[in-house]
Amino acid sequence: MRYTPHTQPEIAAMLEAIGAPSVAALVDHVPADLRATATLALPAGLDERAMRTELAGLAARNRTDSVAFLGAGAYPHFIPAAVEQLAGRAEFATAYTPYQPEVSQGTLQASFEFQSSIAALLGMEVANAGMYDGATATAEAVLMSQRLRPGRPLVLLSRALHPQYRAVITTYLEGIRDVEIVEVPYGPDGTTPLPAADLLRRASCLVLGYPNVFGVIEDLTRAAEVAHAEDCLLVSATAEALALALLKSPGASDVDIAVAEGQSLGLSLAYGGPGLGLFTSRERFVRNLPGRLVGETVDVNGRRGYVLTLATREQHIRRERATSNICTNQGLCAVQVVVYLSLLGRHGLASLAERNVRGAHALAERLRGVGSLHFSGPFFNEFVLTIPGARRRWEHALAAGVVAGHPLGTWYPELEDALLICATELHDAAAMERLVTALGVEPARAERRA
Amino acid sequence: MSGATNMSTAGSDSEMGGTPAAMGVLRAGLLPEPLIFERGAEGRTGLTCDPAEVGGPASADVIPAALRREDGLAGLPQVSELDVVRHFTRLSQWNLSAATTLYPLGSCTMKYNPIVNEAVARMPGFAALHPLIPDAWAQGTLELMARLADFLAEVSGLPGISLQPAAGAHGELTGIKMVRAYHADRGNPRTRVLIPASAHGTNPASAALCGYSVTELPANDAGILEVDTVRKHLGPDVAAMMVTNPNTLGVFERNIRAIAEAVHEVGALLYCDGANMNALMGVAKPGDMGADVLQFNLHKTFSTPHGGGGPGAGPVAVSERLEPYLPIPRLVRGADGYRWSEDFPHAIGRVRSFHGNVGMLVRAYCYMRSLGAEGLTDVTAMAVLNANYIRARLAGVLPLAFETPSLHECVFTDRDLDRHGVHTLDLAKRLLDYGFFAPTIYFPLVVPGAIMIEPTETESKQTLDEFIGAVEAIVAEARDTPALVKDAPHATFVGRLDETRAARRPVLRWRPPTPAA
Repeated sequence: MRYTPHTQPEIAAMLEAIGAPSVAALVDHVPADLRATATLALPAGLDERAMRTELAGLAARNRTDSVAFLGAGAYPHFIPAAVEQLAGRAEFATAYTPYQPEVSQGTLQASFEFQSSIAALLGMEVANAGMYDGATATAEAVLMSQRLRPGRPLVLLSRALHPQYRAVITTYLEGIRDVEIVEVPYGPDGTTPLPAADLLRRASCLVLGYPNVFGVIEDLTRAAEVAHAEDCLLVSATAEALALALLKSPGASDVDIAVAEGQSLGLSLAYGGPGLGLFTSRERFVRNLPGRLVGETVDVNGRRGYVLTLATREQHIRRERATSNICTNQGLCAVQVVVYLSLLGRHGLASLAERNVRGAHALAERLRGVGSLHFSGPFFNEFVLTIPGARRRWEHALAAGVVAGHPLGTWYPELEDALLICATELHDAAAMERLVTALGVEPARAERRA
Repeated sequence: MSGATNMSTAGSDSEMGGTPAAMGVLRAGLLPEPLIFERGAEGRTGLTCDPAEVGGPASADVIPAALRREDGLAGLPQVSELDVVRHFTRLSQWNLSAATTLYPLGSCTMKYNPIVNEAVARMPGFAALHPLIPDAWAQGTLELMARLADFLAEVSGLPGISLQPAAGAHGELTGIKMVRAYHADRGNPRTRVLIPASAHGTNPASAALCGYSVTELPANDAGILEVDTVRKHLGPDVAAMMVTNPNTLGVFERNIRAIAEAVHEVGALLYCDGANMNALMGVAKPGDMGADVLQFNLHKTFSTPHGGGGPGAGPVAVSERLEPYLPIPRLVRGADGYRWSEDFPHAIGRVRSFHGNVGMLVRAYCYMRSLGAEGLTDVTAMAVLNANYIRARLAGVLPLAFETPSLHECVFTDRDLDRHGVHTLDLAKRLLDYGFFAPTIYFPLVVPGAIMIEPTETESKQTLDEFIGAVEAIVAEARDTPALVKDAPHATFVGRLDETRAARRPVLRWRPPTPAA
């Protein structure tokens, strides 16, 4: 059989050592009335060539040839060849949680470098070794806020926080805590006006997107001042981590817990996963952090080395009193992200972020005659375009092979005429022109022509 | 840095099972490497782009200064591409991995991760697909997900599947959330969850995260859960019982059906932790045992790489009565193909962004499609054979925790090593010198000094014999030269690390050196 190496003589020798008459006899102790009577109803196996052919056929039924201006929580970026090659090395990919640090220093040092890089990028004091994704990291940030501000009955979520992040927080909190989620509306410029003091006073945390789901950059510094005046924690959640290479960092803005989706930093879209949750906070909150932490130490000879540390927060030690139930997370994605961050470095990241700002603004400028910017707030590489008959125009563009962003009406009924459009370094002038042309055709006229 | 200095003394005796190697079989040859931040030079970079490529205004003209960062990204590396290539290649070589050696971590199922599955997952049709692309343009991936869900339903004997959870513990959380929603719909979410003492820590942690208190149940002298024990703790306040089957001793819970009946009698539900599904394919189905919900660990049973701690995937399978509560979005089949729907009023909601760790689902599908029914049945048969072979060969060398027959893993104790002052940790560290990763140690918690070995089906008899020889040699060393074992490892890249120091004075990141005042 594929991947099982046993020969018949080996099986016979092993059975003899065991003292069992047959392989089947080894499961005899499973009660007969529970034992399967029929073989599994699954298709017969395929050899490697046939399997690849079938899978190539499935892959071909996905359309990735289009010109898509989609962001909205997952961002198309160029991934240098070295990134996947290095992170994909079998020594990283086929190891597990580094329970034996002496033979896991590769994973451990890379994780330490990941924590260091993420802490630097977010401007925060400490970062953990990773969470599942941005949405679950945000939910964990809310739970951590509840631990840090026990008894506060409210959690304040900006309505401009990514709706999927809000949905995951709702699921995580549902019924388990005596806590109410209050949605804070967004203002005409696309930012979130800060809630009144009496709300903040009763809230464990205020969560803002940074940039928010409309691509608009919130003023975290002001939000932190106002929230802290009422001893409410400020959580920032970033879906487009590349923006942090250019924006004032959450740490410099005095944010208490800063989380992000790390997919932009060297991970492929992969239909939305695996991504990577980035989780950072203040040093004094470290014993309340969820997830794994790698720390520096020395070996018996005094040489520097790395180990998993502060594990008394975690489920395998603390069980039902752990800060989170998380175990397996997204380790290899963290390695891939630190390879990407190393390869681009300070200067590569800065120039790439600048390229994204300029490209998105150039596109917004080109679209000015077709629609109008819905929000006046500053944006990074994503913006909301209002255009009459948005949904029909979007469908028309689709027929021309252009995905004209994400129709916001599906998430915000009040934004039925709005498209969320993202442009990164992958969108060149020709692609932009296709979008402008496709959206510029008034659908009614187009339909008449057709 | 003096990375390689203490490794040149590795022993020359690679004949495992014969005379003990003096130091081990690991060899020097690894280069030291500083932190990436300690390499490079001010201004160096591996990659830049032209910010003005498509025109547009400078960021300084469109984003107010108060919202821009001013630190020039201090603290991030400044290195060349070759610096990066050498750095991470060297680091990777400091790892032992399933690709380099036997990695017998019990309950982690460290089987071979087929390389072809990596190649398929990287096909642009899968890898470059945006999660918000219209459904009509993602039919290849959607069909793959639908088929994978069907496969998992067949293996578990449970009809409802969600592929959304990102890992096993995330699947547990999702499952217990469904349990809670089910009870809440019937007027009372209840307050307690029963969990055997031998369970993974994620079980109680997941139950607690859903607002439940945990009652821990002991097993009997044979390591098996008794129905009477369960009954004694059951009541109308119990929401669910969580059982791992086979349990973490590798032992099949043979009372499972009676336990399920008792649990159902009080209106509670049975949660099966599917961490050990590698022992059950073609043997038995959790659905037939009375399970209401189960999480798979695709990175265990279905060969997706463990990645040094993820990404995994933890799909959940549920019985009919829990189907309405499955998370959204759910995949539905219409006249013109598959589409996502959120139109399920009883659903627990969303448990993550988008649709799951789809890249891992692609790999798991490849694996199941390659092996088919016969291959997967053979997987379990050979996994059980391998574990029982190790058990039989080592039973005279180390005491078994329980004599009860076991399936895909076996658990020993350090009881007999104790008199030489040697403990499980020392045996584990010494195994590293012999070129093997260590088994899971000190787990399950119910076994003092536990040594939990899961070889998986992909290991050959030859490799198992080498491993058995190493354990035999170490047990002999423990008797004859205990210091050699207690001071192990000797041949690894670093020696035993000071974990107490790491926890007492946590250093969790590199910081740029502060310029002298």
